[in-house]
Amino acid sequence: MSSSVALSRARPGFLARRQKSYVYFIVPALLVVGAVIIFPWLFTVWMSAFDWKIGSVAHFIGLENYTKLATNQRFHEAIVHTLYFTVLAVVVPLVLGTAAALIFHRQFPLRGLLRSVFTMPMMATPVAVALVWTMMFHPQQGVLNYLLSLVGLPPSLWVYSPTLVIPSLVLVEIWHWTPLVMLIVLGGLAALPTEPYESARLDGASEWQLFRYITLPLLAPFLVVAAVIRTIDAVKAFDTIYVISQGGPGTASETINLYLYLQAFAFYNVGNASAVVVVFFAIILALALLLLYVRQRAKWT
Amino acid sequence: MDLTARSLPVSSLAVRGRWRRRLRKLGFALSVVVIVSPAILVFLWMLSLSLKTEIDNVAYPPVFIPSPPTLANFVQVFAENSMGLYFWNSIVVSGMATLIALAVGIPAGYGIARSQAHKLTVLILIARMTPALSYLIPLFTVFQFLGLNNTLTALVITHLVITVPIVVYIMAGHFETLPRELEEAAQIDGAGVWTTFRHVAMPLARPGIVVGTILAFIFSWNNFVFGAVLAGRATRTLPAAVYNVLTFEQLAWGPLAAAAIVVTLPVLLLTIVIQKEIVVGMTAGGVKGG
Repeated sequence: MSSSVALSRARPGFLARRQKSYVYFIVPALLVVGAVIIFPWLFTVWMSAFDWKIGSVAHFIGLENYTKLATNQRFHEAIVHTLYFTVLAVVVPLVLGTAAALIFHRQFPLRGLLRSVFTMPMMATPVAVALVWTMMFHPQQGVLNYLLSLVGLPPSLWVYSPTLVIPSLVLVEIWHWTPLVMLIVLGGLAALPTEPYESARLDGASEWQLFRYITLPLLAPFLVVAAVIRTIDAVKAFDTIYVISQGGPGTASETINLYLYLQAFAFYNVGNASAVVVVFFAIILALALLLLYVRQRAKWT
Repeated sequence: MDLTARSLPVSSLAVRGRWRRRLRKLGFALSVVVIVSPAILVFLWMLSLSLKTEIDNVAYPPVFIPSPPTLANFVQVFAENSMGLYFWNSIVVSGMATLIALAVGIPAGYGIARSQAHKLTVLILIARMTPALSYLIPLFTVFQFLGLNNTLTALVITHLVITVPIVVYIMAGHFETLPRELEEAAQIDGAGVWTTFRHVAMPLARPGIVVGTILAFIFSWNNFVFGAVLAGRATRTLPAAVYNVLTFEQLAWGPLAAAAIVVTLPVLLLTIVIQKEIVVGMTAGGVKGG
């Protein structure tokens, strides 16, 4: 008894002292994060105010990089390409991933093994995956056109067609990332309560009604998380696009990230590229906030 | 008479019910096949391409089963390119970046969990949102200035962008789930904060450390663009080398598919170890923050 009293009296100072010493645990990581993450952010903003090519002298030009971007046709097209790619690469995996999660939520033989197989694409090295898809997209020898011919469809130009290149790249993205949506939604399904279903069944609800009016609303928070993550990743997609189409044909699949890469590492136009990064980050932030806002609204209604 | 008349509709109903159940089962099995087959087929096609001769690889209609399978593509890729060197580069870069991330990230995760400094995890969400290329431009400029471009050191430093946030995030989450009673007992017995961490909390957190290590290593291994921009001829990591060195002009499909398998197989094997925890890593910063 007396010892516990002593302990509780000692506690405030004890805790405060501990709180302080925990700071030392975080300091090394903060130094690293400061050097490789926060410093680059600040340096980027600073560089965006200069007319600077690597190897030449930097001139301070204030906001000129930004005003140039505002009238840069190619950059505007890159934004449109990015949004087109992102909408497709978010919506389709969300629908397919939810369907897959509903399937894997049920019990069936070999379920664990098949789920592992289904999630394999997600972890595979993007460059390796992109190489294989490049071969599959080949208009003459590619296996995809052969599969089309089997079901009686005419061959497609896939990534060699300016109009089909973005949907074709989205196909790779869907293959690659639907498993992640599936895993998130599966986690949501596992957390669902069973009571609403039992009472709805007693009231004679159909399977579809159960899904539409009970499962879907309860899954909403998980779907929003999946949508946010998918949006962030789709906007940032780089490896597969760069390996498969290099932004081509022409500039038909040049997304912001591809444009950024060319400006920075093909033309070494560091000032302009930094301004692109700042605008790019603002777009990502806006999209993420928009989705979180939608979630808040969904919660209240 | 009366009996059979009554039992007939009942039994036909049972038959119809059985058929409907079978049909539904069949439909379900079909949907499982439809949803799983794209995943498995692309990998099988990759394997098929790597085990076939060039004649079979460009044949139309395509040859699906290699007959006979040949390892010549793998031999060619290793013999005509420095695949061994690139493989080693990847191991050094991902290994070092993961080790450094563990050294700073495990204590940081503990510190965040125990001092309730959850605002720091917002930093991880923002770090995840930032495109990798945007780190690359400033770091490239600084490395240029320091003469570090084309070195493995520069690559290790940039890969910390990937490994440190994921380790901190996983460890903070893991330490949070550990009961504090043992640590409190140790401290009452006079153990300092560091001793408590080192000898009580860390051994308990071993499963979390395993998951953090593997995820950090995989994400670092899979990274392409850092190696593609910063590495020189001799310091390329495997993904960058596969794209920059083994181009379609130089190599046929078979060796390229073989190289793709060499790049991604280690990752797929590691994935098996941490099946269940993958989703935590892939959604890092998104689930708690969002």
